[in-house]
Amino acid sequence: MKVLVAVKRVIDYNVKIRVKADNTGVETANVKMSMNPFDEIAVEEAIRMKEKGAATEVIAFSAGPAQCQETIRTALAMGADRGVLVQTDAELQPLAVAKLLKAVVDKEQPGLVIVGKQAIDDDSNQTGQMLAALLGWSQGTFANKLNVADGSVEVKREVDGGLENIKIKMPAVITTDLRLNEPRYASLPNIMKAKKKPIETLAPDALGVDVAPRLKTLKVEEPPKRKAGIKVKTVAELVDKLKNEAGVI
Amino acid sequence: MGVLVVAAHDGKAVRANVANAVTAASQMDPDVTVLVAGSNCDDAAKSAASIAGVTKVLQADDAAYANWLAEDIAPLVVKLAPNYSHVVMAADSVGKNIAPRVAALLDVAQVSEAIQVVSPDTFVRPIYAGNAMATVQTADKIKIVTVRPTNFKAAAGGGSAAIEKIGGEGAKGLSSYVGAELSKSERPELTSAKIVVSGGRGLQSGENFKMLETLADKLGAGLGASRAAVDAGYVPNDYQVGQTGKVVAPDLYIAIGISGAIQHLAGMKDSKTIVAINKDEDAPIFQVADYGLVGDLFQLVPELTAAIEKK
Ligand SMILES: Cc1cc2nc3c(=O)[nH]c(=O)nc-3n(C[C@H](O)[C@H](O)[C@H](O)COP(=O)(O)OP(=O)(O)OC[C@H]3O[C@@H](n4cnc5c(N)ncnc54)[C@H](O)[C@@H]3O)c2cc1C
Ligand SMILES: Cc1cc2nc3c(=O)[nH]c(=O)nc-3n(C[C@H](O)[C@H](O)[C@H](O)COP(=O)(O)OP(=O)(O)OC[C@H]3O[C@@H](n4cnc5c(N)ncnc54)[C@H](O)[C@@H]3O)c2cc1C
Repeated sequence: MKVLVAVKRVIDYNVKIRVKADNTGVETANVKMSMNPFDEIAVEEAIRMKEKGAATEVIAFSAGPAQCQETIRTALAMGADRGVLVQTDAELQPLAVAKLLKAVVDKEQPGLVIVGKQAIDDDSNQTGQMLAALLGWSQGTFANKLNVADGSVEVKREVDGGLENIKIKMPAVITTDLRLNEPRYASLPNIMKAKKKPIETLAPDALGVDVAPRLKTLKVEEPPKRKAGIKVKTVAELVDKLKNEAGVI
Repeated sequence: MGVLVVAAHDGKAVRANVANAVTAASQMDPDVTVLVAGSNCDDAAKSAASIAGVTKVLQADDAAYANWLAEDIAPLVVKLAPNYSHVVMAADSVGKNIAPRVAALLDVAQVSEAIQVVSPDTFVRPIYAGNAMATVQTADKIKIVTVRPTNFKAAAGGGSAAIEKIGGEGAKGLSSYVGAELSKSERPELTSAKIVVSGGRGLQSGENFKMLETLADKLGAGLGASRAAVDAGYVPNDYQVGQTGKVVAPDLYIAIGISGAIQHLAGMKDSKTIVAINKDEDAPIFQVADYGLVGDLFQLVPELTAAIEKK
């Protein structure tokens, strides 16, 4: 069974982002970019499946500008076998990414697609569910634990009240939550080896996908700032403030 | 055309956040229909009908809907959607699971976690863990929107909308429900609690979290945590507050032994009053705290608990 994982290039989670002065978006020039943390978890899960013999090949997919090659290389260094880059400088929204993924799924016929539950830049939390819909496949979202057995996957999901267990038929789309695993770091020899692994580059047109954005971003602004508070010296002072100033207890 | 609000429920009543979603929906179009899909969900449908501002409730009773599997619920919503201008769900784990599936089946975009309705086609939504606010406009004929409940006031009760029973679509056979491991708690639910007490890595163990439980119980508060505390196994996953956990906006948020990473702040910085207890006076949490107390939590928390009169 092949496993396809999606890896998105995003601003590193440690970067304090800045809104552009003209309110058209967020400053991305000269900021550190990394693989979306949820996608590292997706790659790790796929590699573990291969190590256990449940998967035969792990393919890393990314869509976006040429620099997404680096993100794919990171996945290859972690242990993925090869990459597919759908290269475009266009703004990609989740429905478009899902359609690109579907086109690659149609070609590669994986038994599982694993994507992050959300990308930490746009925070949409949509792509995996949309892909499952387009394929008519089952979906195991916010996965905390997976068990692949006999043509189905047992998925433990992180939900509002705790955890939920479902069993879904394969082929399926999985979206990862934080506790699914702890992704490995790529070792130096594996980083070197990854340089030789193949990456296929495709264009959205060649896949017959229209990626035109459906949502128009009118503006991007700074959120309102909280006004700075004060430090209190004692518990007694705190309780007094909460009672008599804030009126919350 | 009207708005279709898809309500999550437990069979007895719709979730509290449905009343917030109804408020958001009525800002898109005052004609609000609520869909209650489930198995034996008469009571839940009645609870939806009692939300003020709801024009009509559609009740779809089908064994297939008992456990809210996206594969089975989405086709029902897709079938109903063309009768409406918008489909709205609360951005909780049910809405996040189902709404994108509906959107893709309709070949339309989704607006995720709207915090403001600017006009029927324009919404404000946070991006980058709430460090930027994007105003987005959709040209799609059917607009799929998930809304962040804490940003919309709950609609009042006292309504008496008509309930119309509609048929179900049956099960697709793609997925099945096995069971749940829900955290049991007598405390108020995190996202609707008036006061939230949250603990982080500074607590050092699950055992030490008991200290926060005592404080929370005295305040009638819900209990939350940072990701670090959840990852370390001190508390269950559903306690996590933040960008990738729950978003809360209580009257009072008390962060204890939490450093204040942007991912955590994303889930609590809309709280009315924020208190931070941390031994590091430079911890970023103090930049958003109204009242900061620098010191050892193991000394300060029992002191605070003792100083608060039981509600
Ligand atoms: C104001 C604004 C301006 C923007 N401008 C641009 C721009 O100029 N150019 C641009 O490229 N983007 C731009 N974006 C980002 C773009 O809109 C998002 O990438 C898109 O909406 C996808 O959302 P998401 O990644 O949050 O999806 P989610 O549904 O949260 O993503 C979930 C998962 O899907 C997979 N996935 C998603 N996207 C990709 C991808 N591209 N490749 C591989 N896997 C993926 C990953 O596994 C990810 O974890 C902009 C966003 C905003 C808000
Ligand atoms: C993709 C991604 C998603 C994430 N999502 C979330 C999320 O949704 N929610 C979230 O919370 N985090 C999230 N994080 C993690 C986040 O970046 C931080 O790592 C996390 O919030 C830190 O938790 P903490 O503050 O408890 O721990 P730490 O940062 O380790 O802070 C512990 C604090 O306790 C204080 N302390 C220690 N001992 C004492 C004592 N005796 N008395 C008083 N104070 C003490 C310390 O001074 C310190 O400030 C995410 C990270 C990533 C990469």
